[in-house]
Amino acid sequence: MYMHVLVLICRNYKGDVDMAEIDHFMPLLMQHEEEGLLCPVLSHGSVHFMWIKHSNLYLVATTNKNSNASLVYSFLYKLVEVFTEYFKELEEESIQDNFVVVYELLDELMDFGFPQTTDSKILQEYITQEGAKLEVAKSKVPTTVTNAVSWRSEGIKYKKNEVFIDVIESINVLVNANGSVMSSDIVGSIKLKTMLSGMPELRLGLNDRVLFALTGRDKGKTVTMEDVKFHQCVRLSRFESDRTISFIPPDGESELMSYRINTHVKPLIWIESIIEKFSHSRVEIMVKAKGQFKKQSVANNVEVRVPVPSDADSPKFKTSTGNAKYVPEKNMVVWTIKSFPGGKEFLMRAHFGLPSVENDELEGKPPITVKFEIPYFTVSGIQVRYMKIIEKSGYQALPWVRYITQSGDYQLRTNV
Amino acid sequence: MTDSKYFTTTKKGEIFELKAELNSDKKEKKKEAVKKVIASMTVGKDVSALFPDVVNCMQTDNLELKKLVYLYLMNYAKSQPDMAIMAVNTFVKDCEDPNPLIRALAVRTMGCIRVDKITEYLCEPLRKCLKDEDPYVRKTAAVCVAKLHDINAQLVEDQGFLDTLKDLISDSNPMVVANAVAALSEIAESHPNSNLLDLNPQTINKLLTALNECTEWGQIFILDCLANYTPRDDRESQSICERVTPRLSHANSAVVLSAVKVLMKFMEMLPKDLDYYGTLLKKLAPPLVTLLSAEPELQYVALRNINLIVQRRPEILKHEMKVFFVKYNDPIYVKLEKLDIMIRLASQANIAQVLAELKEYATEVDVDFVRKAVRAIGRCAIKVEQSAERCVSTLLDLIQTKVNYVVQEAIVVIKDIFRKYPNKYESVIATLCENLDSLDEPEARAAMIWIVGEYAERIDNADELLESFLEGFHDESTQVQLQLLTAIVKLFLKKPTETQELVQQVLSLATQDSDNPDLRDRGYIYWRLLSTDPVAAKEVVLAEKPLISEETDLIEPTLLEELICHIGTLASVYHKPPSAFVEGSRGVQHKRLPGSAGSGESADSPDTGSAAGVSEAPPAVIPSQGDLLGDLLNLDLTPPTTSGPPPAPSSGMQMGAMDLLGGGLDSLMGDESEPPPVPQRTDTPQSPQLSHQSPSPPDYSPTELGGDLGGSPAMGAGFGAPPTAMPASFPPPVSGGLDDLFDLGGSVGMPMGAYSPPKSIWLPAMKAKGLEISGTFARRAGVIQMEMTLTNKAMSIMTDFAIQFNRNSFGLAPAGPLQVLTPVGPNQSIEVALPLSTVGPVMKMEPLTNLQVAVKNNIDVFYFSSQYPISMLFVEDGKMERQVFLATWKDIPNDNEAQFQIKDCHLNSDAASSKLQGSNVFTIAKRTVEGQDMLYQSMKLTNGIWVLAELRVQAGNPNYTVSLKCRAPEVSQCVFQSYEAMLKN
Repeated sequence: MYMHVLVLICRNYKGDVDMAEIDHFMPLLMQHEEEGLLCPVLSHGSVHFMWIKHSNLYLVATTNKNSNASLVYSFLYKLVEVFTEYFKELEEESIQDNFVVVYELLDELMDFGFPQTTDSKILQEYITQEGAKLEVAKSKVPTTVTNAVSWRSEGIKYKKNEVFIDVIESINVLVNANGSVMSSDIVGSIKLKTMLSGMPELRLGLNDRVLFALTGRDKGKTVTMEDVKFHQCVRLSRFESDRTISFIPPDGESELMSYRINTHVKPLIWIESIIEKFSHSRVEIMVKAKGQFKKQSVANNVEVRVPVPSDADSPKFKTSTGNAKYVPEKNMVVWTIKSFPGGKEFLMRAHFGLPSVENDELEGKPPITVKFEIPYFTVSGIQVRYMKIIEKSGYQALPWVRYITQSGDYQLRTNV
Repeated sequence: MTDSKYFTTTKKGEIFELKAELNSDKKEKKKEAVKKVIASMTVGKDVSALFPDVVNCMQTDNLELKKLVYLYLMNYAKSQPDMAIMAVNTFVKDCEDPNPLIRALAVRTMGCIRVDKITEYLCEPLRKCLKDEDPYVRKTAAVCVAKLHDINAQLVEDQGFLDTLKDLISDSNPMVVANAVAALSEIAESHPNSNLLDLNPQTINKLLTALNECTEWGQIFILDCLANYTPRDDRESQSICERVTPRLSHANSAVVLSAVKVLMKFMEMLPKDLDYYGTLLKKLAPPLVTLLSAEPELQYVALRNINLIVQRRPEILKHEMKVFFVKYNDPIYVKLEKLDIMIRLASQANIAQVLAELKEYATEVDVDFVRKAVRAIGRCAIKVEQSAERCVSTLLDLIQTKVNYVVQEAIVVIKDIFRKYPNKYESVIATLCENLDSLDEPEARAAMIWIVGEYAERIDNADELLESFLEGFHDESTQVQLQLLTAIVKLFLKKPTETQELVQQVLSLATQDSDNPDLRDRGYIYWRLLSTDPVAAKEVVLAEKPLISEETDLIEPTLLEELICHIGTLASVYHKPPSAFVEGSRGVQHKRLPGSAGSGESADSPDTGSAAGVSEAPPAVIPSQGDLLGDLLNLDLTPPTTSGPPPAPSSGMQMGAMDLLGGGLDSLMGDESEPPPVPQRTDTPQSPQLSHQSPSPPDYSPTELGGDLGGSPAMGAGFGAPPTAMPASFPPPVSGGLDDLFDLGGSVGMPMGAYSPPKSIWLPAMKAKGLEISGTFARRAGVIQMEMTLTNKAMSIMTDFAIQFNRNSFGLAPAGPLQVLTPVGPNQSIEVALPLSTVGPVMKMEPLTNLQVAVKNNIDVFYFSSQYPISMLFVEDGKMERQVFLATWKDIPNDNEAQFQIKDCHLNSDAASSKLQGSNVFTIAKRTVEGQDMLYQSMKLTNGIWVLAELRVQAGNPNYTVSLKCRAPEVSQCVFQSYEAMLKN
């Protein structure tokens, strides 16, 4: 298996795939792209290419065995993450500018096709951009590398011990052209910014229905999480047995957990649209947006994106609030409303001309998409009940919690 | 200043300059120079000329510089093996460095230098590093063992590194454990027969403990390794599942999929009435759904795997239809996979929603996606009967769009709907016919022609329609030609009066003017059928067709089981077994799911998996290839949307042809207890001409065909002028035809005796400086022996004999050294028997039973190759249980069946049976049908492959028929050869 960032850099971890094989990759990719049969796995003879694209770079792993494909893709994405943390941007120049470090990293990240240490915080402790000088103190292997706690180093110190907890919920909605909700779910994420000294033990309490049922408590609102995914620091078997979320947090920013809730939620911003297309003359669009959430809450930076035909011209808009703008390169109208209180209803009308000679290329039917953010509010009603922080030095630490709900994949299909 | 400057120096004389800089006294300059060298190497320039100069920089206390030099070494050592030796000393020294980073670096790099000479020096440092006090060094050393094994497996075994590696599974550090597991799994993969990963409850317990502590990658290694274990009973299975389920909450998709693999596999052993079984099923759904919010490539892998999972256990995701609805911005490969799963999950409960979605998709712009959506609508109709009507009307709406590819796709699926619900939706035929002209794709044309032929009696102008296709007959694809041929024959049988000319035309086009053997053969068969027995023709061609099954693209159950064991890997993405795309894995045993709880069957019984399978046996895919009856009935249109590849490549033309004549004709004609008409007639070469004059068969009823068929002069003329080629391709007796084919197949193969063939000369003296070796193979008391006579035809004494085998198909290897204790004098001969084991390295040979041997003596090394009879490998416990036999026979796809004839064998069936038994071919049952004895036999090869046989012996007929079925059809030819040899000696 070997990694290949275009012909920028490559590292053959095993001798079993000929380095020249990668030359077949680009033609193969082009061929598939032309045929419209793009696929993340391509093969040439006995060699299989698994690739991802990051900005203008292709990261390709090759193998001639029955490799674990999900491991390969996870690893490629991890690679992007690590390089991005090291070089800010992962692109052709940053690889060339830092090829020595890149080689060093590739060596630490994977050995003989087996991924090794991929935590960039830990890697930064012994692979630095300045080039490690052989000082006795510095060139020790951080024990973290092989420790059971492989994500946090010892001896971290802060003057003021604090944890910031962000609870972010994204709403995914798919609405049919006739206005019925086809699917909706909530993907939640709890992010931490940890500024704690030493090796603290944390315990997070949520209003988890399963936990409440286990402990026989039944006051207050609870939330059923369909599927929960944790950062590797969380003791999974502990959660499995008594739903306790206990962990030693990584330093700095990290995503502690994510969850999915399948309950049917009312789309927070409801869109009704009438798009009328008069061939060879004009398109008329009428969009009504309604805030279906509590009056006290306010949605910020709302963007309603309405698709228009690619050959439309001479836009005219009228809005009851906010601003409408034609973005021709994306073939859409973007209607922006800075602040959208709950329960309110707004209207936008747009008018476009169409050329008399029609474009014969078939166009897809892109849906209307909506973006928004509602602070201090979670749709699911999830709450952080407590965050216990215990460190052997016994310091007092403060947890801060912030809630936000935002749009995820929020699509409403149209009739045109 | 950044490193990119190193890429810019491309002047001439650069190498020379670099050389000078590399030898500079200044440390900084040296380092800069090495960086330039690496930069050049990275962009693909050959800087190998600098090897000695770069190696000189190796002894540095600068870690960065050292890493770069090592990198250079890894790249060029192979091309400069002699110079690479220069580096050995530094490596050995670095392995003792007080700094663990350097020790690990050295041992990691050494393993990557694939030069034989260096590997010898690596052993001592590696041994130390495996016991290093620092876990970072140990985990690196563990991987190094796998690297070394890849270069020189023997060395690793001899040095005892494998044992050390096994010990590391008990290491206190989880990362070391994980890497040791990864390394062992890797090594075990290339050593299928070894017992390397000797998993037992103790080691499993250690692995499960480490699972909680190691990194995400380590967890994947451990889970993948666990998946290879077969728990002893359902209790153990459950306890492992319980400890693996928490992994489903891991953020890394690959960890989740590997955990799913373990659970899907071990679940097989849990009794279904167990509460825990239900709990586990419930736990699997949410993580699978969450995988769909990962990056698109991971989604793709997940979807391909979910496709397998819903086929194996549809109950897991049956309520999750909505998550598979396609989003506008999904990449096309995700969209197509989601569609596939939507159809699999479609049921009466959700069909309305699904149809609404599919209709939406069918108006998208992406052609492939739209086509698949249209097909999906057809498949819903077939799958959910209640929705059929709605589906048909949706399809008609789509046809009205007149979008060319939508229309064609719709026609293809409507044909399938007709197959499933005959005589129900014929009213739409008129609409379909309107679109005849716009069809330009073979599949759509063929489908339309099929519909016209099938409903010819209801379409007034069927003959005109078909005739219009006939004009460009030779420009059509085979699929359309075959279809047209059959459709016209159908039409003729239904409306004989008006269509004689048409049928003659198509028959002559198909037989005389075509180069395509399939088309010609089908043409001849129809011709013969029509000319000899029109009633039979009618019965055959217009017979009631078996209804199309609900799911036409299910993966064959044994393959599905194997793929479930490979969840997450490339095999699960391709839906192919690893042996189909990984070189050198042919001999590797296919993975199977463990048997269900309480079944009491041993793990290697090929039936256990399917016994534990889904309760209703999935209906077979549209009739298998080579099934002549199916062919004639014209069911050979490609099944709708075959997403997966065919289960196994058919074993080529030769096999197909034999089956066609042997099995096909038998089943076509054998049911009537009279001798098949064809051989009867063919004693006259011009037979077709006689057809209308010969007395009618008893059940002949001319009225049914309008009285025109039997004796009309027109008919006579029509069928009476067969092309000259016909007699040749239709040789008189059927068996003769088989013999001919069979001769092509290679009965002239290797000379071979019975159980143990007589000795033959393997190595002539001329080729081996006077050493002549003749020999044979024998199986004595369960031990395979190679029995040789070594003759010294030279003038001087020969001593120091030794023998080695090349890798071979069944892993044959000498079980001990060649025992030639005394020197062999001139003109002396010596007999030796060398016992063989079957645990050597495996590589598929051509022919399969080829064995390449090297023999050494004091004079030289000599090479020769010989072939062993495969019966040598039949083991003593090859007798299958009757029930298992039956189930296995059914379970093995028909494609894998091979049929052979054995000529001139004069044993009766009992004698044959006992003779075969001597060679470990066991008769399980015997059945006598109309004077024909059928023996059902089984045998098992040393590598666990079972071969099932049916031997047909007709009293008084010296020709036997053997049908062989095996999951590895490659062996059939060899087994047959052995059959012949065993029976005739």
